[in-house]
Amino acid sequence: MQKVVIGCACAFFGLALAALGLYPAAAADTIKIGLIMCYSGQFADTATQMDNAIKLYMKENGDTVAGKKIVIIRKDTGGIAPDVAKRLAQEAIVRDHADILAGWILTPNALAGGDVSKEAKKFMVVMNAATSIIITKSPYMVRTSVTTPQENYPFGKWVVQQGIKNVYTMYSGYGPGIDAQKWFAKGVVDGGGKIVGSVAFPVGNPDFSSFVERAKDLHPQAIYIWVPGGAQPAAIAKALAERGIDPKKTKILGQGELTSDSALKTIGDGGIGFLTTQNYDYYLQNPLNKKFVKDYQAEFHRTPDIFSIGGYDGMHLIYAALEKTKGNTDGEALIAAAKGMSWQSPRGPITINPKTRDIVQTIYIRRVEKTADGLRNVVIDTIPNVEDPGNPAYRGN
Amino acid sequence: MTSETIAGPADAGTDAAASPHGHLQAQVRWRWVEIAFWLATLLPFVLTPDYLVLASQIAIAGLFALSLDLILGFSGIISLGHAAYFGVGAYTAGLLSVWGWGEPLSGLLIAGLVTGLFGYVTSFVIVRFRHLALIMITLGLGLLLQEAANSAGWLTGGFDGLQGINTWPILQTLDFDLYGYTAYSYSLAVLFVIFLIARRLVHSPFGLALRGIRENNHRMPAIGAPVHSHSRTIYTLAAGIAGIAGALLTETTQTVSLEVLGFQRSADVLVMLIIGGTGRLYGGLVGAVVYMVARDQFSGLNPQYWYFWIGLLLIGVVMFLPTGILGGVAFVAERLKAAVARKRPWTKAP
Repeated sequence: MQKVVIGCACAFFGLALAALGLYPAAAADTIKIGLIMCYSGQFADTATQMDNAIKLYMKENGDTVAGKKIVIIRKDTGGIAPDVAKRLAQEAIVRDHADILAGWILTPNALAGGDVSKEAKKFMVVMNAATSIIITKSPYMVRTSVTTPQENYPFGKWVVQQGIKNVYTMYSGYGPGIDAQKWFAKGVVDGGGKIVGSVAFPVGNPDFSSFVERAKDLHPQAIYIWVPGGAQPAAIAKALAERGIDPKKTKILGQGELTSDSALKTIGDGGIGFLTTQNYDYYLQNPLNKKFVKDYQAEFHRTPDIFSIGGYDGMHLIYAALEKTKGNTDGEALIAAAKGMSWQSPRGPITINPKTRDIVQTIYIRRVEKTADGLRNVVIDTIPNVEDPGNPAYRGN
Repeated sequence: MTSETIAGPADAGTDAAASPHGHLQAQVRWRWVEIAFWLATLLPFVLTPDYLVLASQIAIAGLFALSLDLILGFSGIISLGHAAYFGVGAYTAGLLSVWGWGEPLSGLLIAGLVTGLFGYVTSFVIVRFRHLALIMITLGLGLLLQEAANSAGWLTGGFDGLQGINTWPILQTLDFDLYGYTAYSYSLAVLFVIFLIARRLVHSPFGLALRGIRENNHRMPAIGAPVHSHSRTIYTLAAGIAGIAGALLTETTQTVSLEVLGFQRSADVLVMLIIGGTGRLYGGLVGAVVYMVARDQFSGLNPQYWYFWIGLLLIGVVMFLPTGILGGVAFVAERLKAAVARKRPWTKAP
């Protein structure tokens, strides 16, 4: 009887394998882009926003470059899973014959993908993942998003320039939060200010009252907050209001996610006066962005965000590099074409630093204000041509 | 399901099954279907060389599921935090490599030993509990370990994962390639060797005692079986195997991140085992093949909403095959056999 049991096991195995063999071979006049993102799970909405922008770019600019058709192959990592991401990148290359690896939303996944790009000598475009070291993993990699130090270090310096000398920091105790706090604090200290205290809270922390109370006792001039998007910005804004912290007296500082559109909806008027730093906001008042936002809204019935702009500019970079190489998808040729490339994006002028292969862009300091359109992040200052201060190759400059 | 496994294969013969020793010996014998199964695992090299990376991860998942089967299926120790051991093994192999020792075979062995030791220490708590309490404890253990690894960013690399892992070529000749030839050969070889050990183990008197514990852990002391020490032994062994599976994943992918310790991984392996069938050596392997291939194909068809199909598959399996795919197949086979025996009364069913 067990014979039959195991026989069926064999049959399953055989069937599964047979199912795998039925894939079409690659066509000659196409360029395949493997988009490796977290389409499902906790970060699915991020992938959707990025994917939307990619679709929009291809709709506006056609799907042929240098006489070759662009084909997108979408692969889902389902959240943080570097082993899966690495496998998908390998499969994209060996199975689907992808020429370019793109997407990359989460840092651990992008780090694993870098290995594949390096080994297979494939051009790789990081459209979101924001940890500095990613870019060092492969010489064929460029980034079109932003890095955490790039947003937070100049912000720290800027804060001190506004006469704020004592800052308290509070942040989620995991990778991105630790990174953001570290570089913000470095900016403050390098600018001549002081961090009077800091606290890291657990990632899924629901109530912030006691943390806010501790910050209040030290009477800082400003409190820097880093929490991931979702329910937490509203929870922390509530705690601040309950503990009687007035944003007019004690400045509330943070990275853009703190006052993203969805966060502001739940925070409400309690968020007025929050100061945040970011590389893009859909409320930027330049003509290129206005058109981008209008087209995006018409197509997808929602506003674009930093993930959208990373994908949009990433596609532009791929198109422009392919045009320069006349459709040659060789990793060396594409990276040479991408180095030093510079263009006008809806977020302002951006450049790919030829030395670091990382993005150089404007960082916007915004204040939450009540405008005719509702609560918006209004740009109050800009810091142009910001490099990634976290990049080891950049530190000498 | 359980009475069938204890009763043993029908073709064992009445005389052999009469004595426990004969019963065990009959089970140890290799059947042609088993040989065919293992030969089939070589097919990907020929039929689907583009899928070797996936095949290697299926082999690793199968090994991990086999480890869970040893405690859950054969000994009745339920666990929702088995990834803790997988993760410890994965980080051990990763750290060894970062610290300058990237030799894969010794890396596996060391990771297995470290994880086995960790399993031995935790087994003292584990064997004191059954059922619901055990679910909570193993779940808590997994979460605690993951948070500890997150806090110890200086050691584990934190959220970004451990960086700088470099696995040396196997036996200084086979390098890990983009197509996954080495990764699959290596994973498959390790899976096979450990499967042989597990197979020998469950078909030993010790294995029988474990099944006794699963069926009734209060009665086993009455026949002189030390329940706690037996449970500790199998738990330690299973932990060690899970650690080896984790180390295999690290060595073949050269990445480790906090997700190896995550609840999702514990849940996934349980699902694979349930799909395949618990308490059968091949259950975890079949479950891993079905689950991972289904995931790969569904997510290829629709990267956004593929979980819908996975959900449907799970509901379908649990509703129509409550004892897993192999359990369902066994049930059908038994009915067929009975029907044949009714038609041909001269062939006596044992």
